[in-house]
Amino acid sequence: MEFNVNSPVLFVIVGLIIAAVLGQSVFFLLKAVKRAKEKGMDKKVIKKTITSAIVFTIAPAIAILVGVISLSVSLGIPLPWLRLSVVGSLTYEAVAAGNALTQLGLGTQTRITSASDYATVAIVMTSGIAIGLFLVPLLTKKIQSGVHKIENKDKHWGEILSNAMFIGMISAFLGYVFCDVTNLSKGDASGLIPVCVFFVSAITMAVCGLIATKKKVTWMNDYALPISLIVGMAAAIPFTNWLG
Amino acid sequence: MRKNSNELTYLEKIHVWGRIWGLSLFFLIMAFPLAVCIIYGVLPKWGPLFNGILAVLPMYWAVGVIEMLTYVPMLGAGGAYLSFVTGNISNLKLPCALDAMQRANVKASSEEGEIISTISIAVSSIVTTVIIIVGVILIIPLTPVLESPVLNASFAQLLPALFGGLAVVFVSKQWKLSIAPIILMLLLFIFIPALNAGTVGIMVPVGVIFTLIVARVLYKKGKI
Repeated sequence: MEFNVNSPVLFVIVGLIIAAVLGQSVFFLLKAVKRAKEKGMDKKVIKKTITSAIVFTIAPAIAILVGVISLSVSLGIPLPWLRLSVVGSLTYEAVAAGNALTQLGLGTQTRITSASDYATVAIVMTSGIAIGLFLVPLLTKKIQSGVHKIENKDKHWGEILSNAMFIGMISAFLGYVFCDVTNLSKGDASGLIPVCVFFVSAITMAVCGLIATKKKVTWMNDYALPISLIVGMAAAIPFTNWLG
Repeated sequence: MRKNSNELTYLEKIHVWGRIWGLSLFFLIMAFPLAVCIIYGVLPKWGPLFNGILAVLPMYWAVGVIEMLTYVPMLGAGGAYLSFVTGNISNLKLPCALDAMQRANVKASSEEGEIISTISIAVSSIVTTVIIIVGVILIIPLTPVLESPVLNASFAQLLPALFGGLAVVFVSKQWKLSIAPIILMLLLFIFIPALNAGTVGIMVPVGVIFTLIVARVLYKKGKI
């Protein structure tokens, strides 16, 4: 069979794998909704969780789609479609693909024409993510029961523990936002763009919170995170024109 | 007692389903390169393959293990089984689940938290997959739009826009606990040039471990 990075057979295989991944999400969603009903959880809370997750996901999902397009130049559509729909993130996939292409003496802007090169790149990209895929099914129960043990021992500490984990993660990303500010001393102000975007998003979130509580606009609370995300991303356009 | 046994049953079931789905999908995803080799009757190029894997594997496997230990307790069981298959955890799934649990006022470790986290991550995964499918179908008309400099400027700032909002929620909840890790991370990222967008993933566990130590000290002193 003649090889082509966009061959229909590759689309079919990738489509089947993605359908299975979609099946897992639908399965867990149905089971969780069923359990919520059994437990008598407020239907409104479940509905709001679903609608808010939909709204929140749109912008990041489009950003992932941009990643598929940028990788499709050399790899065609099916492989980036698979790799970014399953486990992958653009940061990892671009590095892994770039590495494999360099080893093959190809550039990231050169389209692969041989099936052997394609298989080589696909194995490199897939092997990097294998560890999480393999270990999570084996170790999640152990990790979770360890956390439950700590929390059952001391409820108050258990609550602080989970908040501390969230804050630890957020503080790392907050640090990242400021990573290029020192370029200002070299006359490059572009490092301030993420800082400005961060503060616009933070202020938007605070304003949404205030409106929700003071004016009793409850829906504002449900969509505060997507609103702050979209406003922050929109603010990036004038900031990039100004500082970029 | 009945309630407790029910909770255990649901969680136990989640683990059983998670293992079956997780391992099945692992083999299915790994089979893609194998299918390419069989269909086209080729073998990979061993030299570039070996060098490529050597360049990628040590770093990404180490990060993979650390990410698992860091994110699984935050995501809950169902959320973890889903997130580690569909990916984009720190930039999409975890913020989505955190926001949902925060609004529903439930803890990740409770059964309600488990349910809310699973629902939000499952919905987010489905929406992402559907958007990418639509994008792939419409890739020709969409490419010039999505690659326009204006939209690229927005997408490049996704993480600052996301974490600006999240920081307000969580820092305001535990401001005493937040001060030390924020200062540490600011100093590290500003003064160590090697720390940037590519290495932020490695710094997440550092931030988490440091914050846990600070939290323990403050808790023992009765400050939080």
